[in-house]
Amino acid sequence: MADVQLRGVVKRFGNATVIHGVDLDIRDREFCVFVGPSGCGKSTLLRLVAGLEDITDGDLMIDGRRVNDLPPARRGIAMVFQSYALYPHMTTRENMEFGLQLAKTDRSTIRQLVDKAAAILQIEPLLDRKPRDMSGGQRQRVAIGRAIVRNPKVFLFDEPLSNLDAKLRVQMRLELAKLHRDLNATMIYVTHDQVEAMTMADKIVVLRSGFVEQVGSPLELYHKPRNLFVAGFIGSPAMNFINSSVIDIEGETATVALLGGAHMQVRVVKPVKKGDRVTLGIRPEHLSLNSGPGSQVAGRVIVTERLGGATYHYVQCGVDMLMVLSEGGSPIREGDDVTVWIDPKMVHIFDENEQAVGLGTHYDA
Amino acid sequence: MATTTASQLTRSRVRDAWLYLLPMLIVLAAVAGYPLLMTIYYGFTDATLSTAFNWDFDWVGLDNYIEYVDFGDGTGEYYGLLFDPTWINAVWNTIKFTVISVSLETVLGMAVALTLHAHFRGRGLLRTAILIPWAIPTIVSAKMWAWMLHDQFGIINDILMGLGVISSPIAWTASPDTALAAVIIVDVWKTTPFMALLILAGLQMLPGDIYEAAKVDGVHPVKVFFRVTLPLVRPALMVAVIFRALDSLRIFDLIYVLTPNNAQTRSMSVFAQENLFQFDKFYYGSAASTFLFLVIAMLVISFIKFGRLRLGD
Repeated sequence: MADVQLRGVVKRFGNATVIHGVDLDIRDREFCVFVGPSGCGKSTLLRLVAGLEDITDGDLMIDGRRVNDLPPARRGIAMVFQSYALYPHMTTRENMEFGLQLAKTDRSTIRQLVDKAAAILQIEPLLDRKPRDMSGGQRQRVAIGRAIVRNPKVFLFDEPLSNLDAKLRVQMRLELAKLHRDLNATMIYVTHDQVEAMTMADKIVVLRSGFVEQVGSPLELYHKPRNLFVAGFIGSPAMNFINSSVIDIEGETATVALLGGAHMQVRVVKPVKKGDRVTLGIRPEHLSLNSGPGSQVAGRVIVTERLGGATYHYVQCGVDMLMVLSEGGSPIREGDDVTVWIDPKMVHIFDENEQAVGLGTHYDA
Repeated sequence: MATTTASQLTRSRVRDAWLYLLPMLIVLAAVAGYPLLMTIYYGFTDATLSTAFNWDFDWVGLDNYIEYVDFGDGTGEYYGLLFDPTWINAVWNTIKFTVISVSLETVLGMAVALTLHAHFRGRGLLRTAILIPWAIPTIVSAKMWAWMLHDQFGIINDILMGLGVISSPIAWTASPDTALAAVIIVDVWKTTPFMALLILAGLQMLPGDIYEAAKVDGVHPVKVFFRVTLPLVRPALMVAVIFRALDSLRIFDLIYVLTPNNAQTRSMSVFAQENLFQFDKFYYGSAASTFLFLVIAMLVISFIKFGRLRLGD
């Protein structure tokens, strides 16, 4: 069990810099998720921690020790790969034992370790099967089991659930969260799925193009995204954005323009000037149709998606399309003319550089 | 109604398939089937080169393979291919040659394939370059090696004498002690690239992530090779070995050019060719060819069976 620290970690492939000086503290026993769109460098960052890629610049510390120059096997880590990376010609037991046989562990200890891991993951019936005779979910468990028997200080997961079907993914998500609690280990988990990040993480690291955009707990990122990218990436369905401008500013209160000549007073926490172009962000769950608090804009429902428990209305308001989350039995239909109510307590304001400059009082708590 | 249509469709598809196959089947029957059957047939006759093609020969049964000749004085002796010391020698030569050269080619081919599988600059160029020995026609490379191995003018003797390894020139291709070795050296030089290419294809099919997993687990590369790479590449390796074994059991051109008329290197094919066209024993050469066919068939079948058994575990 250990904490992991990255200090100005840079990775270059030839002339291309893919990780631009990442500073990060992952505390002991934390479940840390690297999340971001494909190509953001999250897998590379994980591979740098694993030692599968060399760190170009900066320091990587595991348990207070600089491990930049240590081979993967001596960093005290274990990794679970996206495609499981099981040895296809070995049984489950052999797969789990293979990495231990040279670690000067005697055979009966190896057996105990494997049996214990198998019990935790409930894969005892699979011990004599080969990967080709197992389902994706079972292989995933074996891959996790292989990591557990190494008793690592840090578990590394590289998109471990992305090859599973949706239902199994939800189930494995729960089991991984439980496993984290039971093993009491530090875990670093890479995913492109912000739902996985939100549900499992103690700490989320949002990456884009090799830069860390924001680090925080799931709800911190949800409530107080630092910039437009994080605001759009975290939360499902995604936040609505409305292009706007500052009509007037008085102290912390800015008056911003809405479609159809309407305007709204919002709180800003960083200086903005009259005439500045800004982006208003508001989540679908914070909008309401036809009645509600705040200001209103008129629009027409273009598409309605009914999920049973909830309904998504896509409302065209001038040039902006707003998605509104309603209750399952919403009587509003496609083609209806509606008013969308925007509550100023719930909005986020981003400046022209996509940085957050204001947010509603709802988020003060 | 629906089933009738479906079966009609199936029938017309089958008919079309046969139609498309027909030209190739006819050609194959003419250039492969007919000669093969005729060779087997001639092996049971006393046909010579002059009689074989005007059907002026007699059926002799198994005499070409095994025949007891009674000397009339109570003694007798067995003749025929099965008791011909030259043939038996040729069989042993061929098997010795095959086992040694295919083993060497497998080991060297694996080494070359593993090297080419690694990522380094100029890999594409090296891959192409390494195929050159295989791309050169055997006659050309055999002649080239014959000159290099020449007892008086050959560069091999020159180098070895310059290094002080040997004190006097060796007649590599003529000496009974070195003739088979010379043939093996040239064959290994020539066909290792082919082996390497087949194994490389097998290596490239292996998933890359298991090697990263092994790296994270800290498994020693030598152990990874024997416990992971070798078992996984075995199917491709088996195919390569069968291909090469088939080829070397039929070895003819290299020996014919490099070491003609040498008892130490006479292979089954050389034996058959000599009898067919040089000794005017068309019947005997045919019997030898048929026998060669049987030997190859049996070896390959047992190899595949053995290979399958090993693959399944």
